[in-house]
Amino acid sequence: MTDRTANAAAQADERLRETSLAKKLLARPELGAVAGAVLVYLFFGIVAGDSGMFSARGIMNFLEVSALLGILAVAVALLMIGGEFDLSVGSMIGAAGVVIAIPAATWGWPLWLCIPMAFGVAVFVGYFNGLITVRTGLPSFIVTLAGLFILRGLTIGFTRLITGRTQVSGLKQIAEDDWLAGLFSGDVGHGLFVWLAEAGLLAQRADGAPVVPGIPVSVIWWLGFGAVATWVLLRTRFGNWIFACGGDKTAARNVGVPVDRVKIILFMTTACAATLVATIQVLDAGSADTNRGLLKEFEAIIAAVIGGCLLTGGYGSAIGAMFGALIFGTVQVGIFFTGVNTDWFKVFLGVMLLIAVIFNNFIRRRVTEAR
Amino acid sequence: MTTPLIETREMGKTFGSVIALSGINMSVAAGQVLCLLGDNGAGKSTLIKTLAGVHRPSEGEMLVEGRPVAFDSPRDALDAGIATVFQDLAMVSLMSVTRNFFMGREPTRGKGVLARFDAGFADRVAREEMAKIGIDVRDPSQAVGTLSGGERQCVAIARAVYFGAKVLILDEPTSALGVSQASMVLRYIAQARSRGLGVIFITHNVHHAYPVGDTFTLLNRGRSLGNFMKAEVSREEVLEMMAGGKELEDLDAELAEFDRADAG
Repeated sequence: MTDRTANAAAQADERLRETSLAKKLLARPELGAVAGAVLVYLFFGIVAGDSGMFSARGIMNFLEVSALLGILAVAVALLMIGGEFDLSVGSMIGAAGVVIAIPAATWGWPLWLCIPMAFGVAVFVGYFNGLITVRTGLPSFIVTLAGLFILRGLTIGFTRLITGRTQVSGLKQIAEDDWLAGLFSGDVGHGLFVWLAEAGLLAQRADGAPVVPGIPVSVIWWLGFGAVATWVLLRTRFGNWIFACGGDKTAARNVGVPVDRVKIILFMTTACAATLVATIQVLDAGSADTNRGLLKEFEAIIAAVIGGCLLTGGYGSAIGAMFGALIFGTVQVGIFFTGVNTDWFKVFLGVMLLIAVIFNNFIRRRVTEAR
Repeated sequence: MTTPLIETREMGKTFGSVIALSGINMSVAAGQVLCLLGDNGAGKSTLIKTLAGVHRPSEGEMLVEGRPVAFDSPRDALDAGIATVFQDLAMVSLMSVTRNFFMGREPTRGKGVLARFDAGFADRVAREEMAKIGIDVRDPSQAVGTLSGGERQCVAIARAVYFGAKVLILDEPTSALGVSQASMVLRYIAQARSRGLGVIFITHNVHHAYPVGDTFTLLNRGRSLGNFMKAEVSREEVLEMMAGGKELEDLDAELAEFDRADAG
């Protein structure tokens, strides 16, 4: 606190024009996504305000969709700030799902072993992606595009080889008895919601239970992961290195930033985030499907870009990516409530992406040019 | 005489059959500015890269504070107190002044996983260091991309000084700058000298070199044309040597030949 006052005194310079709050906000990477989210809620508030979208159940519904994408988007945003892409995260979701499901459902292995095993596979995949990218110097876009196909192919191939099918089910019962699975499934704050329902603040079902049993665990993971990522990015050495690697890797290397190590760790993070999403989905559905996570890599990149990440790296925000995912999830769910044909969702998505990219480009120019 | 901070003895560098440098003798003491002058292709870049630890000398030796050294990487040179500010500056224009200043050497508070970037301290130091050299960073959280070329150059130099450089090697710091920007950098070089640093200032502009230099080393085609104290040479002499005075003399002689031939 004393630091801050000393700083404030030092900054009292008559040549420094008082920057308005609006101007300061405009320099933040997440501004676009926050403004976009406000617009989206205004829109659905007017168009679908009384359709049940904003009932407790509706809110939990779009929050859960946003959360699963958001976990992915936050990791992808960190990687993009670090100057790389990972197109294999969608396939990683599918792969991690069957790595958990096959041993658990087919061979009877305990979930507390299968889940860490899936994260182990993710660390390996991320390391592999990262190592090839930094060693060859090839664009990660291409390297992980190859990863996308290889990983998906392996997932389908092995699953059919072992189980004869492309889906693995029967995990519901196993998950209920496992102590580790509890971390990735169910709802949080059940007691609070029961209390809210009894107090008349929340709608009740006929039997007296609240309409929503609690906050889905995915939402907690999303908020927690986003908070940690933001802290790392803005308040740690490693965060500074991420910006440096994406901003100018030669410059970073020249001042002693371990660029290769930073990038490899970021690739591991995206793969682990995909595995986290897969774990939550598998335990929730009680089954794994080799096609899970299809196109999720692009959705995550879109959310990160809406959240202010530059495609060229070196700039962006984890909070922005969270808001990007929130917009995504809200529109995806909300469009059902408006009665508009869901075919139009993709049009909206594309337009949104285009606007975000143009806006980011404008912001970047503002940041790098003399004010 | 005190031991020079950095000294080369008959240092040379060859790339295959190409002799890029040979027989370079030079030394810089604390509080001294050595200007390394030379036209394009004179071997200036090779020389500084060798001093900075990018290349290893093929012959001769290099001494730091009297002890022979062999650098394997720029990191080694940095640890020995030799900081090189290359033309590309090693700055990320999208990052703030503070974040650039401390890039790779971020101060932290707390321990283990909770070690966090000490932003308050970093901002304060960046501001103070910049203020010391007379540059008012309006806001240390502004992106380096918003600074002028001279200011950027000064941030890079200030960073090297702050992190304990004893010898500063500046690669053409003024070449891309306008007059007022260049004088800002020159003033800073003089300041670094008065703080007891040894400075090696590479340039091909005599008008920039002469006011701040104590000694001058001229390079031509990979060889040294000699070391001169400031008292020994005038600006014109330096200029003449640098611009290939010998060649100009030869040209004069040839032209005189033509004149005589015409007359005869």
